[in-house]
Amino acid sequence: MKKILLFIFYLFIFNNSAKALVEVDITRGNLDPLPIAVSPLYVESGSLDIKQGDKIIKNVGEEISKIIEINFKRSGLFNPLKKDSFVQKPDIAHVKPRFEDWRLIKAQALVTGKVTVSEEKLRVEFRLWDVVAAKEMVALAFSTTPNNWRRVAHIISDKVYQRLTGEEGYFDTRIIYVSETGPKTQRYKKLAIMDQDGANIKYLTLGNELVLTPRFSPKNQLVTYLSYFRNLPRVYLLDIETGVQEVVGDFPGMTFAPRFSPDGEKIIMSFAKDGNSDIYTMNLKTRVVEKITDHTSIDTSPSYSPDGKYIAFNSDRSGLQQIYVMRSDGSNVKRITFGKGLYGTPVWSPRGDLIAFTKVRKGKFYIGVMRTDGSGERLLTENYYQEAPSWSPNGRVLIFYRETKADSDGKGFSAKLWSIDLTGYNERLIETETDGSDPSWSSLLSK
Amino acid sequence: MTRSIALSLVFHSVMIILTAISLPFMMRTPVDLPPILSVDLIQITDTTSIPFAAKAAKTLEKIKKEEERVVSEQAPPTQKKKEKPDRIPLPEDLNKEKKEIVKKKQNPEEIKDEIRQASEFEKEELFDPQQIAALIDKAKEETAETLKKDKKITQSSKKTSFATGLTLSQEDALKAQIFGCWSLPLGLPYHKNLLVRIKLRLKPDGTVLRSEILDHARMNQPGQGFYKVLAESALRAIRICQPLRVPPTGYEKWKDLQLNFDANEMLKG
Repeated sequence: MKKILLFIFYLFIFNNSAKALVEVDITRGNLDPLPIAVSPLYVESGSLDIKQGDKIIKNVGEEISKIIEINFKRSGLFNPLKKDSFVQKPDIAHVKPRFEDWRLIKAQALVTGKVTVSEEKLRVEFRLWDVVAAKEMVALAFSTTPNNWRRVAHIISDKVYQRLTGEEGYFDTRIIYVSETGPKTQRYKKLAIMDQDGANIKYLTLGNELVLTPRFSPKNQLVTYLSYFRNLPRVYLLDIETGVQEVVGDFPGMTFAPRFSPDGEKIIMSFAKDGNSDIYTMNLKTRVVEKITDHTSIDTSPSYSPDGKYIAFNSDRSGLQQIYVMRSDGSNVKRITFGKGLYGTPVWSPRGDLIAFTKVRKGKFYIGVMRTDGSGERLLTENYYQEAPSWSPNGRVLIFYRETKADSDGKGFSAKLWSIDLTGYNERLIETETDGSDPSWSSLLSK
Repeated sequence: MTRSIALSLVFHSVMIILTAISLPFMMRTPVDLPPILSVDLIQITDTTSIPFAAKAAKTLEKIKKEEERVVSEQAPPTQKKKEKPDRIPLPEDLNKEKKEIVKKKQNPEEIKDEIRQASEFEKEELFDPQQIAALIDKAKEETAETLKKDKKITQSSKKTSFATGLTLSQEDALKAQIFGCWSLPLGLPYHKNLLVRIKLRLKPDGTVLRSEILDHARMNQPGQGFYKVLAESALRAIRICQPLRVPPTGYEKWKDLQLNFDANEMLKG
């Protein structure tokens, strides 16, 4: 017994001295985008071309791979490698990639796939490979109607993005915005909707009425927006799937920025009653309007936190326009911005950790983010005039609009949609047919 | 009666006209909206797992053989046993027994056991419990010294790398090599714990014999999807970097190596 105890004691203390493990801390890495190869998707023999309006899509496999590449490039997280350098052909790559060939061109991940197009059906298979570990990471198949091929490309982009970053993608989404045409003094504003990459633009109103601040519901494909009918502000609801729209109500005085609650059951907005602008909610089922703030100052731009417990808004109750946070019943109001300049248009991130805002200081407009207590303010972009940030559904990218200065003749003015990610380095113009403002990002179409 | 009907008709007409004027959606042209079409998702991993191509299988076999050969050549326990008598005075009969064991190790049939031991990250010492009493005092002294050292290192927040296996310059060379290979996933949530600890068993030439993620269980926890991505990026960095820049001597000291990949510092900075 004594021997056994001694043995255990020996093991315990002697091993400690003998097994001191060598540890090395790696605290730096390469922040370059991940090199990824997107092989053109192999089109199965016997597949048909896709007719889309006047266009005929001949090699849909290649087109899908191009859209995936553009999505990745725009995300700033991936570096799609040039197809000229690919050694292996798509048909063989999809069956079993020769990893040494892909390692040769420094690819760390590889997307391959196969497409079959029949009269009424498009079937797309894709695989994501870890080139370094020589193993498959994701393999999925989709079937849909042939006209839907662009969406399939976006869905594949989302799946790959999710697998390689650990967070949800944002490619299979839409953006609703106000399309603008005409000189600055006489702008025609129409409601427009497009895919997040600027494709498939459709106009939802005719331009004979002023439309403002369209906002997507975080739950479904409903949009609320403000429109002036006979100079009276009116809040509308538009169902993107059915095309049905309805008037939620007429509101007095200046009405601003209706926005959905996270559960999609209420809209929150500000309007001026008896000369004073306060924040109100309206239950969409019962149409009951409830006053949330009651202050002599101007309270506007309310935005719910994703859990629906808090509301961020801007108010000039301290003398200057600043951002405040309160409970959703209007209690416990706290000022969270104390920096120099004016703060406005707070928008709570879908992740819940950040609030995006517009800041005006010394004649410049900034889009920035900060924590929900106002700490950690980071200004992502600065310009002559820019505002109205809206979050991508994964809370990583912001879309906003930026105006350029007109000369003395009123020429040179433009309003364009831009996106920027949280790093502040990946700023990109979103191409639209016309000028655009007030963008709002939808949730993922497919979950 | 007729008057009442006439009045009713007039008022109803007025109401209909007013409704038509005041509800703008009734006058709008129908919106031409893009259709939302359903997409069916099907898992194909299970149904289409394809066997390795003949060429790939051959390459794998070749790598396997090379690994076996290197493991056979290194014979780490032999060196280790030689060190013991230098540090700890053993009785003569124990020395004899040790020599016999060392001879046995050189027998190719015994090498397989050594590989197995290594694969479980176990360092089993061969000794006779009868001799423990003679060793115990010495062991106590050594442990006390080691613990003292460890404590000091912990207090100054430094790791044990240079104290046990690598000099500062060797450690820096290794770090610099891995920095270049580690493509940090840029979408990580910066406010979460982004530390991945990977334990490696290395060959004398710095190639990786085996790797193990120490907090493996975290991968399957809800809300920790980013951890899997981070761990994969760290493993990828090791694979890209190998053979690792390790010193030409002192294999016993650094053959088991732990790399702590910490992305927090970079993302917060």
